[in-house]
Amino acid sequence: MTGLRAFTGALTFAVLAAATFPALAEGDPAQGETLFRPCRACHMIGDGAVHRVGPHLNGIVDRAIGASPGYQFSDALANAGAEGRVWTEGSLDRYMAGPSDYFPGTRMVFRGVRSEQDRQHLIAYMLAAGGRSEAGAELAEVAVAPEIAAILEISGDVPYGEYLSSECTACHRDSGGSDIPSIRGLAPSVFIAGMVAYRDGSREHQVMNTVARRLGDEELAALAAYFAVAH
Amino acid sequence: MTINRRAFLGTSVALTASLAAPMIARAQATPRVVVVGGGSGGATAARYIARDSAGAVDVTLIEPQRTYHTCYFGNLYLGGFFNYDDLGHGYGGLASNYGINVVHDWAVGVDRDAKTVALATGASVPYDKLVLSPGIDFVEGSVAGWSVSAQSRMPHAYKGGTQVELLRAQIAAMPQGGTFAMVAPPNPYRCPPGPYERISMVAHYLRENNPTAKILLVDPKETFSKQGLFEDGWNRHYAGMITRIGPDMGSAVVEVDPAAMTVTIDGVVEKVDVCNVIPGQRAGQIAFAAGITDGNWAPVSAYDMSSKVDPDITVLGDAAAQGAMPKSGFSANSQAKVAANAIVSALTGSRAFPARYSNTCWSLLDTDDGIKVGATYEASAEGIVAIDNFVSQIGEAADLRAATYRESLDWYAAITTDMFV
Repeated sequence: MTGLRAFTGALTFAVLAAATFPALAEGDPAQGETLFRPCRACHMIGDGAVHRVGPHLNGIVDRAIGASPGYQFSDALANAGAEGRVWTEGSLDRYMAGPSDYFPGTRMVFRGVRSEQDRQHLIAYMLAAGGRSEAGAELAEVAVAPEIAAILEISGDVPYGEYLSSECTACHRDSGGSDIPSIRGLAPSVFIAGMVAYRDGSREHQVMNTVARRLGDEELAALAAYFAVAH
Repeated sequence: MTINRRAFLGTSVALTASLAAPMIARAQATPRVVVVGGGSGGATAARYIARDSAGAVDVTLIEPQRTYHTCYFGNLYLGGFFNYDDLGHGYGGLASNYGINVVHDWAVGVDRDAKTVALATGASVPYDKLVLSPGIDFVEGSVAGWSVSAQSRMPHAYKGGTQVELLRAQIAAMPQGGTFAMVAPPNPYRCPPGPYERISMVAHYLRENNPTAKILLVDPKETFSKQGLFEDGWNRHYAGMITRIGPDMGSAVVEVDPAAMTVTIDGVVEKVDVCNVIPGQRAGQIAFAAGITDGNWAPVSAYDMSSKVDPDITVLGDAAAQGAMPKSGFSANSQAKVAANAIVSALTGSRAFPARYSNTCWSLLDTDDGIKVGATYEASAEGIVAIDNFVSQIGEAADLRAATYRESLDWYAAITTDMFV
């Protein structure tokens, strides 16, 4: 009886979905992998994935929102998770359509994927490459990349960081813009991971690559220490 | 007993304070910084000095205008991408948030021996450190036939404000199929891509409102900033509309007649409907009044932007001869932060950090087609030198160009916050 109801329900949903979105097929992980390339600037997925500018995305589907261990999320995401909200295919789809529309206050600076079909491909890829969240998986130790860990070890000179930050405030407002985000209150691990990615070119942006190339580890540690306390 | 002990305690506290801070105890009064000019250099310097000294330095800002209209983004207003009112910024935040004494007056003279600044209304303002950030004035006789008295017929529109509004009104009033002319300035001048972004924005406006109109660009320079990027954009967006006359075509021998509305290029007379004359430039007048100029500009140390003539005077932005940085609002804002750190350190003993500068100039070619150029800089004995740089590339994807434009809007909001809020 239960099986029949589940079967009928699934069938009804499938028919409805087909009627409402005739063009929508199942997401294709291979196409999703291609679409995921720009995401790699900030997010790792698959074997050996670690947090970078953004959290790694292994096991994201079915995981509590803003709850990946070792990553400091914005209040917006952390609070959603604390309220029991979970990343489902549906909420991921809405988030990827426009992160700051779905979660105002998120630190994810990304305008969104317009095509619903592309979002389905991306979700299919994330499931294929990173799997679903499993009980206990959250407890798995997540390593921080050694280069970032080394800079995190440095005790940052806050007054020096404040002076250096005046270069940042020419473009970064406290309240953030549509494309240039706020950087105040960033966790040091997030800030340093982002700047190291700009410095080594793995994350591309002409201005930020040029700014980051002249910042040594001492400067990054000073800036991280300052931004962590500046509000 | 109680009274004695209290008196004793009071004395000992005072003694401790004077031992701990002998400099403050000896000082006659709070050190005074006077900043002349409330633009990107001056407003930023005043704000950072007041903020970082937290009341230990008195800051006076002298600026004749009650509302500052940025020169940058004025071109976007000409193109219809930005509201005029959004170019204006008041000084209320500097007065109320940082305790800066904002004086709306003209600084007309500097007595470097007495260390005072003379104001047009007759007052005299004493300083310990003086910051001059007056921007530009025009070199007289730079364009034959043009003078400041002709600026309502042939606007320069190169200092922001009323002149930019006037130029916009003149462009809007052009007859269908009319001619817009620009006489571009010789090097060095404020905002190297500025004239060419203006050509792009005027072309955008005309394409939408007056598509048979023509643009004549008379340029005394062989080459100009981001030239390949601009010319590629003009070909893609405004094909056939823009003609540039360079030195090879006689642009070095140009004369304007504001009464007749003609531009004569190497003897050939062109009748035009609007003529934007951007003359050759020099440091703002107060730098000459202070006697700290060499040629058209005021030479400064790259290490702290202090004048090479008088170390108690700092010169920021367009007026300074500093080396490799372009004359831009971004540069002035960057220089102001280095200078503020040096001045607060000199006056209060706070930590001084090494000079580091940066600049980015964004330009808009057409809707969602933004480009940028920028560099990082450091100090050397020979002047400010570039250490790294970048520039947009021809053939970039449309979404990158759109993102570059959106970034410029964010930058505008950020730098004006960094100056005024």
